[in-house]
Amino acid sequence: MSFDDDAYGALTDHDDDARWAYGTGFADPLAGVPTAVPGDLDRAGLAAYCLMLGDDALVMSHRLQQWVTRAPELEDELALANIGLDLLGQARLLLGRAGEAEGAGRDEDALAYLRDAGEFRNVRLAERGDADFAHLVARLLVFSCWRLPLLDRLTASRDPVLAAIGAKGVKEVTYHREYAAQWVVRLGDGTDLSHRRMRAAIDAVWPSVGELFETHEVEARLAAAGVAVDPALLRPEFDEAMSQVLAAATLDSPATTDGGATAGDRGRDGGHGPELGEILVEMQELARALPGGVW
Amino acid sequence: MRDGAITAGGAMSVGGAVTGGGAMTADGAVSAADVVATVTDPELPLVTLAELGIVREVRETVDGVLVAITPTYSGCPAMEAIRDDIVRALRDAGFGRAAVRTQLSPAWTTDWISESGKAKLAAAGISPPGAAPRRAAGPIPLVLGIHTETVRGAALGGAAAVGGEAVGGEAVRGAAVPGAAIACPRCGCAETERISAFSATACRELRRCPACREPFEHMKEI
Repeated sequence: MSFDDDAYGALTDHDDDARWAYGTGFADPLAGVPTAVPGDLDRAGLAAYCLMLGDDALVMSHRLQQWVTRAPELEDELALANIGLDLLGQARLLLGRAGEAEGAGRDEDALAYLRDAGEFRNVRLAERGDADFAHLVARLLVFSCWRLPLLDRLTASRDPVLAAIGAKGVKEVTYHREYAAQWVVRLGDGTDLSHRRMRAAIDAVWPSVGELFETHEVEARLAAAGVAVDPALLRPEFDEAMSQVLAAATLDSPATTDGGATAGDRGRDGGHGPELGEILVEMQELARALPGGVW
Repeated sequence: MRDGAITAGGAMSVGGAVTGGGAMTADGAVSAADVVATVTDPELPLVTLAELGIVREVRETVDGVLVAITPTYSGCPAMEAIRDDIVRALRDAGFGRAAVRTQLSPAWTTDWISESGKAKLAAAGISPPGAAPRRAAGPIPLVLGIHTETVRGAALGGAAAVGGEAVGGEAVRGAAVPGAAIACPRCGCAETERISAFSATACRELRRCPACREPFEHMKEI
C-alpha cells in the first residue's frame, strides 16, 4: 500500500474478506514465528507467565491511550501514543504466545476482549488512573524502571519467543524510561508548584511499588526452570535508577511506604481494583456487544 | 545484545538468498528476491524494504516463495500492510504462492539500513540514523537532559561524548548514546537539539536546528 493507493480499496484488498469489527483485520502477531514450545517446558506455566507480562503491557497501554488528546503539548501526544503502541505490540506478542502455550484455541483477541477482570494478571500499578500529568509520568517512570531490567533478563529465557520479545522490548522501553525520567526531572526541578505536584505524584504511586517485586509462585517455578525472571532480583536496579532520577529532580525519597506485601489482593492472582473494570468496559465494549462481528 | 552477530550492511547476506539489484534467474526472469527487494515501505515509501533492512530471507521452493521479515518495533502497525504488499508484488510478478514469515530474533537494528537507504532518507529531509548504541555489560544506562542537549565531538570507537547529565555514573561511559552529533539535513549545521524522542512514528524523533530554525525528523538509533 502506498500513499497514492485508493484507501478504501486497500481496506478490502485482503485474501480474507471479513474482518473483526474492532481488530482492524490485523493478522496473528506471531504469524510465521516458529512457536513450538520446547518439549520440556511447563506449557501451563508458560501460558500463565505470558499472560502476566502481556496484561501488564495491555492495561498500561490502554491507560496511555486515554491521555491522547489530553497531553500538554503535541509532542507529548505523539510520545504517549507511541509508547502506548510499543506496549500494545508487546502485549499482542505476549498474549499470542500465551494462547499458543495454553493450546485451548484462544487467540490474542479472545484473551484481550473476552476475559473478565478477575482473569487479568497485570500488576495493579498498570491499571491505576492518573489524577494529573505528574501522576502519569511518575507511574510510567516506575513501570519502565521495573519492566526494562525485566525484559533485559528475559533475553536469556529458554523460551525462544520470550527471549525475542525481551530483546525487542528492551530497545523500546529504554526510550519510555528516558521520556518519563525527563518529565519527572523537569517538573520536580521546576517551579514550586510543579515540584509540589511531582512530589505528591511520586508519593501517590509509591504504595503500588512493593507488589512489582513480589515473586509469584508461577514466576518462581519458571525462573527456576530458566524461562521467567524472578522480579525480586530487579529491585536493586530499580532502586538505583529511581534514586538517581529523584535526585536529579530534587525530590526526596518517597515519604510513603512502597506497599510491601499485598497478600490477598495481588494483581498477579486476579485481585484488582474497580479501575480495571472501568478499563475493560471501555476496551471490551464492542467485542462483547458484537461477538465475532465483522465489517 | 543478540544482534551482535550481524554487522552493519551485512543484513542482506543473512538469508543468503537476497541479492543485490538486477540479479536474474537462469531463464532471464526477475528473481523473487528482486521483487521483494523493491517493495517500498508503507510509511516511508521512498525507501525499499531491502534498504530498510527488514528482509531476512527470500527462498523459492516448490511450494511457493517463502519470505522472512523482521519488525522494526513490536507495535509497528505497518507489518500487516508490508506482508500484504510483498504477497501482492510477488503475485503481480507471476509468482503464485507466497508466504511471509515474521522473524523476531535477532531484533531489527537501524544498522541494517543500507547506505542507499540512508542517502534517500537524508534527501527527503529525514536525518538518517548513526551507529546503533553498543551496550556495555550491566544495567542499561539512563541519560537525562538529552532533549535539550547539544552533543559535541564525534563518536570515538562507538562511544559518544554527551553533554547531558548521566545517570548511572560510570556505566554511561563507553556506551554510545542516541543523539550523538546529529547534523541538520537542511543546512548541515552540526549541532541540533531534540524536541521530542517520539515523532509521527516510534522510529523517528523530532529535532530542531538552531541555525536554520527548521524542525526535522531523525531516525533513532536502535
